[in-house]
Amino acid sequence: MNSHAWVLLILYLVVLLLTVKPLGSYIANIVEGRGWAVRLGGRFESLLYRLCGVKADEEMGWLKYAFAVLLFNLLGVLAVYALQRLQHLLPLNPQAMANVSADSSFNTAISFATNTNWQGYAGESTMSYLTQMLGLTVQNFLSAATGIVVAIALIRGFARHTAKTIGNAWVDLTRITLYLLLPISLVYAVFLVGQGIIQNFDGYKDVATIEVTRYDNPKLDSSGQPMKDDKGNPVTESATTKTQTLPMGPVASQEAIKMLGTNGGGYFNANSAHPYENPTPLSNFVEMLSIFLIPAALCYTFGRMAGDTRQGWALLIAMTLVFAVMAAVAIHFEQQGNPLLGKLGVDMSAGNMEGKEARFGIADSGLFATITTLASCGAVNSMHDSFMPMGGFVPLLNMMLGEVIFGGVGSGLYGMLVFAVMAVFIAGLMIGRTPEYLGKKIEAYEMKMVSIAILVTPLLVLAGTAIATMAASGVAGIANPGAHGFSEILYAFTSAANNNGSAFAGLSANTPFYNDTLAVAMWFGRFGVIVPVLALAGALAAKKRIAATSGTMPTHGPLFIALLIGTVLLVGALNYVPALALGPVVEHLMLFASH
Amino acid sequence: MKNLLRSAVSLFVLLSLITGIAYPIMTTGIGRVLFPHQAAGSIISLNGKPVGSSLIGQNFTDPKHFWGRPSATAPQPYNGMASGGSNLGPLNPALLDAVKGRIDALKASDPSNARPIPADLVTASGSGLDPHISPEAAEYQAPRIAKARNIPIEKLNALIAQHTEARLWGIFGEPRVNVLELNLALDH
Repeated sequence: MNSHAWVLLILYLVVLLLTVKPLGSYIANIVEGRGWAVRLGGRFESLLYRLCGVKADEEMGWLKYAFAVLLFNLLGVLAVYALQRLQHLLPLNPQAMANVSADSSFNTAISFATNTNWQGYAGESTMSYLTQMLGLTVQNFLSAATGIVVAIALIRGFARHTAKTIGNAWVDLTRITLYLLLPISLVYAVFLVGQGIIQNFDGYKDVATIEVTRYDNPKLDSSGQPMKDDKGNPVTESATTKTQTLPMGPVASQEAIKMLGTNGGGYFNANSAHPYENPTPLSNFVEMLSIFLIPAALCYTFGRMAGDTRQGWALLIAMTLVFAVMAAVAIHFEQQGNPLLGKLGVDMSAGNMEGKEARFGIADSGLFATITTLASCGAVNSMHDSFMPMGGFVPLLNMMLGEVIFGGVGSGLYGMLVFAVMAVFIAGLMIGRTPEYLGKKIEAYEMKMVSIAILVTPLLVLAGTAIATMAASGVAGIANPGAHGFSEILYAFTSAANNNGSAFAGLSANTPFYNDTLAVAMWFGRFGVIVPVLALAGALAAKKRIAATSGTMPTHGPLFIALLIGTVLLVGALNYVPALALGPVVEHLMLFASH
Repeated sequence: MKNLLRSAVSLFVLLSLITGIAYPIMTTGIGRVLFPHQAAGSIISLNGKPVGSSLIGQNFTDPKHFWGRPSATAPQPYNGMASGGSNLGPLNPALLDAVKGRIDALKASDPSNARPIPADLVTASGSGLDPHISPEAAEYQAPRIAKARNIPIEKLNALIAQHTEARLWGIFGEPRVNVLELNLALDH
């Protein structure tokens, strides 16, 4: 890493850490129903509750809370599915986009409702403006709110004692959406328009280009399928064009919540590499910042609500340390560049530029890739599939850590708290004491829920990858030969089950096989964790708080931070080392062998 | 149970209308008032006719023009309807063949040029619509354009310097040149 990259990383961390306390306190205030925002919106809020038959002061037990969250997200799946299947009949479709196929619609509906935003489709040629707004943008808000309220419910589990309830899901969802996500998104979206992101409802614009473009156009047979010759190569005819079609649409409003809610689903196929989604280095920096903004602040919210802000800072320090190392490794390997291109006479001082944008270069791309995969965002400003083997190893490993280093909004914090419970449990085993965390005894029931929450995703990733590598329809999607092809499949299931959504995008995933299997991985990777986490919240809330004694392990010091990082890395490594060895590690060794 | 369903459906509908209709419309309204040019796509017009966007690259192959990043969009390069990268892995022979082909094309267009080839000039961008190249990639092409247009190379280098955007505040992004704007300046 050169000095420019270090300055960028340090500046990023400084600006991020400055936002933690103010935003974290603000979130604690709104979920506790206090502060200026709640006073300002109180009337509107009560009107909404009256219309919806919600009794705001009636709290829910964990089971009812979980049921409400599931129901709410199922409605999201239905709405996104229906909008895609009917978009041809619906308004705001100036390009007359056809209805989306059943399997692709199903995949996208699950994808956006689970905060994954895996994309098998290309936005600019698939989705109508109405689908983008009323389907995808809405889910960007509501799936983000879902993650945050589950984290808040778990915090209440630690903060309360001998309590039967963990909050009211409807009130939590409404307040997070109205007071947190919506106002920040509005200001942020207007800023992005200023940077150059489009925001309109015009039809696509044709412009007359300066030069004529000559190209080979694939010939289609009578049924619209590409024709192939005897050897299986596509038949083409030469064509020319002097027109470029520029896609339009309400992009900035979707872009803002896409980043802020760690959703990551691009308006366009190229996601945040597209100049209309990420036009300048400044928009890029703010987009990176907005990914970690809420996950970082929630650590402070946790500390404050649990009555000891040091507990929240400890989690944040653990996250920051892992993040800085991952960013440095990714940028280092991308900066080195591809030695095979160096041999052809290419000047390698600019690094590995395949799949990267000139305005971002290595530092801004490597940092973005690290942030987007540690947080379960999944937006990309460069194509991870074309990263160097060890450069691509970092995003893959980041997701395999379970999206708990910052992680998704809410899901990062509840995931990290699950690991914190695991860490005190391991420490308790070592010294033979009943483990406790924040005055709550950790017993068999809690450890069962923790184990389910930790083991669900590796199971989905490894089983999914194994099935896809054995099935003909799984292997058919591979774009790159050799170990890299295996990495493409491993990346897809890792991304889906951990609700990240980024891809080694060479994989042809818009097929019934991948649309269906990845949808299953996304759904259970999300709610297979949320349900046990809410059960854990309920169990913890019901417990008595025990006073700390001289035998209690402090959970805010360096010892605990080291133990927590160790637990996260150990679980990740034990689950995935064999798979990683077959993918990026082999590829790295092959590159050096041939070098 | 019935209550839960009623609350879920009505809250879902109301929050959808707020975040999916009211919010994008408000953003559009404010955006159009404050930044009308950007909201509509940063379109460049020549004699009243739109010729492109300053944010979206175009395909250039004429020796008299600066060439942009290779584009992996299909079927034609710089297809605004199909953004995306090549997604070729670092060891993929197809990547090496493609880069070799681009190096050959650059060499053929200017056989006497012995400078090292800037990486961004022979590798496909992430979006396939990258409007920029590095200043080095522009300077590399200056001798070819000077010959094709029969103008002094100093004039071209001055034009490149004039169109070079530096790193923002010395920290964000990379130095770069907008290829479409540079070529328009060259033509007029």
